[in-house]
Amino acid sequence: NFNFFPFLLFSPPHPQEKADPQKTAFLLRKAWTLYSVTPLYGFRRARLRDYARLLGAFIAAEKQKGLAVEVGVELDIKVALSSLPDIRGSELDQAALLVQLSSRSRASSRNSEDKPVWSGWFCSVFGDDLFENVPEHFTCLPLFLSHGAESYTSLVGSWFQKTFDCCFRRLAISPLNLSWMVAMWAGCKLDRATSAVELVFSVPRLAQPLDISYAIHPEDAQALWDTVQKTPGEITQEEVDIFMDCLYAHFHRHFKIHLSAAKLVKVSTAVASAHCDGIVKILNSQYLPGVLMLLTELAISQIQ
Amino acid sequence: HLATSLPLPSERDHLRPRIDLVVFMIDIRSKYSLKNVETSLAYVDASYFLGKVCFLVTGVGRKNDCSIETNSICKLGEAYCSPVLFCELELEGVRVATAQRLVRMLGICAGHIPGVSALSFVSLMRKSNDD
Repeated sequence: NFNFFPFLLFSPPHPQEKADPQKTAFLLRKAWTLYSVTPLYGFRRARLRDYARLLGAFIAAEKQKGLAVEVGVELDIKVALSSLPDIRGSELDQAALLVQLSSRSRASSRNSEDKPVWSGWFCSVFGDDLFENVPEHFTCLPLFLSHGAESYTSLVGSWFQKTFDCCFRRLAISPLNLSWMVAMWAGCKLDRATSAVELVFSVPRLAQPLDISYAIHPEDAQALWDTVQKTPGEITQEEVDIFMDCLYAHFHRHFKIHLSAAKLVKVSTAVASAHCDGIVKILNSQYLPGVLMLLTELAISQIQ
Repeated sequence: HLATSLPLPSERDHLRPRIDLVVFMIDIRSKYSLKNVETSLAYVDASYFLGKVCFLVTGVGRKNDCSIETNSICKLGEAYCSPVLFCELELEGVRVATAQRLVRMLGICAGHIPGVSALSFVSLMRKSNDD
């Protein structure tokens, strides 16, 4: 299933209270690694404290076994699980779930603060439409984002997989989906057009790998998108193709290189940036729901 | 005979044997290859589209590398009344099977199989796709 949004409403369809920017600030400007997660079986929101305790014990036990995550310094890992009620699309979505790992060095004084070492969160933004007929006792939070050492991600992932019988898979982003993202995000109206729109291509089959970076002034990109998009709030594959073809043609005129023959690996805009390995950075709180909605859809597509 | 695009150079027209089948190769990882094929299609005589043209889409093994929507390619096949085959050249088994399939199609197009014409074969393929 290569293409799953022939039409996409970028602005969330239901009017919703704006998420408190204070609470969601920590989500911005961090590189999050993406995973798709199958529905969790037997997850109960009321038991978050218990789960935090169990996960903490699991991590401690794994470290005892010799799967050390930090060499040298003895660290106690504290686990906190919390809900993020503001991060959801509609009432049918489950509220997001945040997992935070923090450390306190045993050697330091009692007054020292816990240092955050890893965070990960599960969410679903307008994922309800695609999760029809989900049996009872299953909680759907198809998108997982992690930030921090891969070893911790692996530990947390293993515990969730064992406890809730779910499956995590790295979420890769194809060049086709990256071009959707850059077209959508470059067209977003922002208070101030800050950073350039950048596309990074990797050229295949060369003795030495070659990356080409193509930067476009944000206002030019917005102007181009405005001429292409016919209906505000709706985007079609044809419009994305035209947008990209214009960018390719412009580049070819100047450099005689066909970017359409290279692989699009990363896109950056003032709204967000995304890499084909499934790593995103969200830079703008206003468009956070829109970005998460897109990523949720990508995750669900990988699960189905 | 392999060519990167059409039309073929006219200097060699008189040396060239009859062409029985044209296979347009599209790499799903390269938008450029689709554009190239679309431009080249204009140089093919209309009579070839009665079963002597097919589209071969390569690189389908890696879903995460695709730059072209498969729907666009299927629409292209429908527009030109020609079958679309999907394969992954990097897998030997698939490569060999696809080659054998193409050779069989070529045999039909060249008129080597009695009772089966290129046109009847392609409408047979179209019927089975619709089912």
